[in-house]
Amino acid sequence: MKILAVCGMGLGSSMVLRMTIESVLKELGVNASVRTSDIGAVKAESADIIVTSSEFATLLADKKVPILTIKNYVDKQEMKEKLLSVLPKEGE
Amino acid sequence: MSVLHFIVNEILSSAPLLVGIIALIGLIALRKSISDTVTGTLKVIVGFLILMGGANIVVATLTPFGAMVQSGLHLHGVVPTNEAIVALAQKSFGAQTAIIMALGFIVNVILARITPAKFIFLTGQHLFYMATLLAVVLGSAGIVGLNESILGGILLGTVSTIMPAFVNPFMKKVNGNAGFALGHFNSLGYITSAAIGKAVGKNSRTTEEIKVSPKLGFLRDSLVMTTITMIIICVVLAIIAGAHSLASYTQGSNYIMYSLTEALTFGAGVAVILMGVRMILAEIVPAFQGIALKIVPNALPALDCPTTFPYAPTAVIVGFLASLIGGIVGMFLMGPLGLALIIPGMVPHFFDGGTAGVFGNATGGRRGAMIGAFVNGLLITVLPALLLKFMGSFGLANTTFGDSDFCWMGILTGNISKFGVAGAYILIVIICAILLAAASFVTVRNNRRPTSDTSISA
Repeated sequence: MKILAVCGMGLGSSMVLRMTIESVLKELGVNASVRTSDIGAVKAESADIIVTSSEFATLLADKKVPILTIKNYVDKQEMKEKLLSVLPKEGE
Repeated sequence: MSVLHFIVNEILSSAPLLVGIIALIGLIALRKSISDTVTGTLKVIVGFLILMGGANIVVATLTPFGAMVQSGLHLHGVVPTNEAIVALAQKSFGAQTAIIMALGFIVNVILARITPAKFIFLTGQHLFYMATLLAVVLGSAGIVGLNESILGGILLGTVSTIMPAFVNPFMKKVNGNAGFALGHFNSLGYITSAAIGKAVGKNSRTTEEIKVSPKLGFLRDSLVMTTITMIIICVVLAIIAGAHSLASYTQGSNYIMYSLTEALTFGAGVAVILMGVRMILAEIVPAFQGIALKIVPNALPALDCPTTFPYAPTAVIVGFLASLIGGIVGMFLMGPLGLALIIPGMVPHFFDGGTAGVFGNATGGRRGAMIGAFVNGLLITVLPALLLKFMGSFGLANTTFGDSDFCWMGILTGNISKFGVAGAYILIVIICAILLAAASFVTVRNNRRPTSDTSISA
C-alpha cells in the first residue's frame, strides 16, 4: 500500500505527517510505504491514501482515493482514527 | 598517510559523499535493515547531486536576469529564494555545510538535554539552509576548516534551540498547547508580529470570522507561485529595461519571449532543487528525530510553519497579502536607502507572511494579523539587503536568503568574524550563553503559567 503525505513544498509539514503516519502504522502493525510530495507534483503520482491539511483537500478532489485532512500534524490519536476509517479491514 | 590523505581529500571534501556518510551514520544508529541503509544512503547522495544540477539550471537564468536589471535600471536586483542560493553555494561550501548541519544537530540535542529549553528543531530544510548560510558567512570572512565547522555547529545548535523557545509563549496561544513547537527560521518575524498584535489589537475580532474562498489553496503550490512570480518580475523588468539590456543573450529572438522562457526555466530549476532536498530530508529528518527522541524523550518537536495554518487558515491569507504589500513598500524604500533592489517573492511572503498573520491574529485579531504581517513583509525585504555584504562572492548573486532569522544570524556572524578566529570563539561562546540563558528563562516562566506543557513523542 502507498500513502502520500502532501504539503505546499513537500519538505517540512509533509515530513512531519510522514513521521506521524509511520509511527501509527507501526503501532497498528500495518505495512505501507509512506512518501512525501508537494501539491504541484501529487497530481502525477499514484497512491492508495493521501494525507494532507484541509486547504488542499479541494484541490485534490479529482484524485479517486481517500483523502484524510489532518488538523494537528503530531496528534497520533487523530491520525489513528482517520487512518482506521479508510484502511482495509482484516481479511478483506 | 596516503590512506588518510585519500579520505580527507577525496571523500570528506566531496559534499555528496559527506552528506551520504552522515545519513549512513544516522541510519545505522537507528538500526535500519541493510537494504534500507544502502538505499537510503544512495538516495541522499543522488539527491544532493540532483540539487547541484538544479543549481546549474537556476544560475543560467539568473545571470541574464541580473544583467538586465543592471543595464536597464542600474540596480542590483535580488529575488530572495532560499532554495536557489543554498543550491548555488553547495559547489564551494557543500562539505562545510554538511559538517555544520550534523554538528548543529548534535549541539541542539545536547542543549535540549541540559537546558530547560527542550526543543528539537525538526525542520530539516531550514537546518540545511542555516548551515549553508553559516558556512558561507564564516568562510567568506576567512574562518575556514575545523574552526569554521566548530563555530558554525555551535551557532546552528544554539539558534535552533533558542528560536523555538522565544516563539513558544505565542505558539501556545496559536495551537492551544497541541504538543509541538515552531521550528522555522523566520521566528523574528513571528515574534515581531505577535508583539505588534498585542500592542494594537485590543478588541479586534479574529480573522477566522471572515469568509474566504476555499479555492485559494493554489497559493500554497510553491512551484506555481515561484513560476508566476518570476514571470511577472521578468516580463515587467524586461519591458522597463528594454530590448538592448538583453541583447547579448537573446541572439536575435524576441526579448520578452526570452525573459518569459527564462522565468519558466527558473521555476523548473527550483523544482529540481526541491526534489533533491526532499530526497536528502527523507532519510536525514527521521534519523534526527529517532536519535533526539532517545536522548531527550521529553523534548517538544519544533516543526515547520504550515503546521500552524490549520489553526487560523484565514489569517494565513490576510497575513500573506499584508506581508506582500509590506514587501512592495519595502522594495521602493531600498533605492533611496542605497541598498540592493529586493524584489518580493510570493513564496517567502506566503509562508512567512501567512505565519506572521497567524501569530498577529492570535494576539491581536484582524488588526494584529494585518499590521503584524505588514511589518514582517518590511523585515524580510530590508534584512536580506543588509545581509548581502556578509555573503562574500555570493553577495553579488541575484538571489539570497529570504527569511528574517537567516538574515540576522548572517549579519551577527559576519560582524563577529571581523574579530578573527580567537575573538570569534570568545564572542560566540559569550553570545550563545546569553541567548541560551534568555531562552531558558522564557521557557521556565512560560511553563509556570496555568496551562501546563504536555510533551509528546511525535
